Amino acid sequence: MKLKPETLRRIDEVIPHYPVKRSATLPLLHLIQEDAGYISSEAVEWVAAKLELQPINVLEVVTFYPMFRQKPIGRRHIKVCRTLSCALMGGYKTCESFEKEFNTPRGEVSADGEVTIEFVECLASCGTAPVVMIDDDLHEKVDCAKAKQLSDQIKAESKKR
Amino acid sequence: MIATPKPDLVTVNVDGKEIAVPKGTNVIEAARLVGVDVPYYCYHPKLSISGNCRMCLIEMGMPAVDPATKAPIMDPATGKQKINWIPRPQIGCATNASPGLHIRTNTPQIKDCREGVMEFLLVNHPLDCPICDQAGECKLQEQSTGYGRGYSRFIEHKNVKPKRTQLGPRVTLDDERCILCSRCIRFCKEVAKDDVLGFVDRGSYSTLTCYPGKALANNYSLNTVDICPVGALTSTDFRFKMRVWFLKQTNSIDTESSVGANTVVWSREGVIYRITPRQNDGVNDTWMPDSGRDLYKIVRANDRLAVIKVNGADASLDEAVNAAGRLLQSAAGAVAVIGSGRSSVEEQFLTRKLADALGTSTQLVSRVGQGDGLLISADRNPNVRGALVTGLIKDLPTAKLTSLGAAIDAGKVKAVVVVGEDLAAAGLSATQMAKVAIVYLGTHANATSTAARVVIPTLTVFEKSGTFVNQQFRIQKYLKAVPGVAGAQDDLPVLARLVAAVGGPILAGELHALWRTLAAEIAALAPISFATLPEAGLLLDGTPYAAGPFVETESLHFNPAAKPAVTT
Repeated sequence: MKLKPETLRRIDEVIPHYPVKRSATLPLLHLIQEDAGYISSEAVEWVAAKLELQPINVLEVVTFYPMFRQKPIGRRHIKVCRTLSCALMGGYKTCESFEKEFNTPRGEVSADGEVTIEFVECLASCGTAPVVMIDDDLHEKVDCAKAKQLSDQIKAESKKR
Repeated sequence: MIATPKPDLVTVNVDGKEIAVPKGTNVIEAARLVGVDVPYYCYHPKLSISGNCRMCLIEMGMPAVDPATKAPIMDPATGKQKINWIPRPQIGCATNASPGLHIRTNTPQIKDCREGVMEFLLVNHPLDCPICDQAGECKLQEQSTGYGRGYSRFIEHKNVKPKRTQLGPRVTLDDERCILCSRCIRFCKEVAKDDVLGFVDRGSYSTLTCYPGKALANNYSLNTVDICPVGALTSTDFRFKMRVWFLKQTNSIDTESSVGANTVVWSREGVIYRITPRQNDGVNDTWMPDSGRDLYKIVRANDRLAVIKVNGADASLDEAVNAAGRLLQSAAGAVAVIGSGRSSVEEQFLTRKLADALGTSTQLVSRVGQGDGLLISADRNPNVRGALVTGLIKDLPTAKLTSLGAAIDAGKVKAVVVVGEDLAAAGLSATQMAKVAIVYLGTHANATSTAARVVIPTLTVFEKSGTFVNQQFRIQKYLKAVPGVAGAQDDLPVLARLVAAVGGPILAGELHALWRTLAAEIAALAPISFATLPEAGLLLDGTPYAAGPFVETESLHFNPAAKPAVTT
């Protein structure tokens, strides 16, 4: 397990917040996913050892919550809303154009490791549907044209890197 | 209205019937006492309460009191105290008896609840009862008959899950049949202390899984199969072998150690198919080790003895007994008797009588292993204490018969009677065994049976009845499950005839008649007869032997009286 010193510090800081160590499972998993991008099986065992649990206890939690990822994703995470308002306003088309732009099917990592495109449920901005969240930034009224513009922006940024 | 009969008892009312139960008894157990069935899946009396199956829903009420004055509010219609019923159903397993608790299990609301729970449980259940091993002893089957709606409204596709996962070397999992009761998970965590099982994923995708890279391999894994209320966890050994309703159940005892776990042997037409635990709250609760379930395989083992031999030639029992009698009498004064901690109390008594008639003392061979702190003790002989009680031995046995070897070398012993033990395994060399005439009574072939002048094949624990005295000095009986293999002789008549053949008293070779002699001669067994010995066994007074250097360490329901002799 290679975690940043800052993550390790925050992990040690958060455990004593709870009356029993077991309760710190969720915060620890969040911190690790923030750091490593996903929860590896190595991370499951690391958390179990840290909290004096059995690995199966942690695995149960990881698989229960869909937002914990067990596989790595691209450097940028494109989340397209597909709940009712966005779906009616063309969320599916938006998603398809992202898929075409990056030549990557939903749920997979693009060949260059840059992006992962996924459908998500409501992002709580139904008035400006369809909405897309790229990493932590919300983009509103993303039609196909805006999807292309956002894709170009991502491609340009990745080239610079 | 409700008076408390004893300080620790509380009176509860189940479907109008009042009963006094210990405080804290849950509603399922309280209802059981008045003969009311509260159906359940996830609840197990020996495990923690999880309350996730929702099958034991009941209506609950408490006697009404005025909030201000705490005075009982009376119902003018009945003249009794009014009951405030909680409008929503409660789960019975997690509701504990408190004074005046009222329970209703037969209202339309509860009927609806049970039908609803059953319907949801059956939504993703494959209903493959015709090929399911659990059929006939399946809670889901029984309770869908008793409490289900009788027909399905589900027209969608059922979930598809793994059908034959190997959870470990002895347990196979059918995930589609699992109703997610979590009994197995709690058992592994709380009793076996091997927390490897868990549910992954969520909702109807929830799947019972063993942590990747680990296996449900502990020596208690098959108990998860016993407590699984459906056919999800199945024994790999028993899977697809036999329908349970064809099997005859016989009470028996696990012989692998001095714990004496109570078991049931399931057989059909003289063939044993499986061994499961039998509840005895003083000994093994409802559990038993996996290793004890395999023991039935000794009955049909290839090395089973089935022919009486005298000097290597086939013989009749009469010839063998006469030959043994002549052989032992000609060596009078130089005979050793090796008894066994695996023999029953009755056999040990007759072995003692044989030794008495020959004017010699007896030795046992000890088997010491590592106790697991649960249901396998360090003493791997099931009945060493029986030998103490019957007076077969005075001192605890040793693993090696070095003194016998020395006596043979010195020419002091010319003949040896061996009951069910292997002298080679007990440390005697082939040359030492060749120097003496051996009379061997045993079930399986070994170096001793090969070297013996007289070999009389006998019965395994599954083919005869008898008693063992376990580490708590609890005398427990086991019964004959299957007939003996052809050629094998019942131990008791053979021993009784041997006693007579060497000039000893005429003793009964039949179990019940022999017990009259046992009760008359051994003070500790005086009040007992085989027929009246209770199923749960009877605790004998172990204090005369309390100082003995027994090897057992602490295990389930057992604390050693003295410090264990061997501390490893």
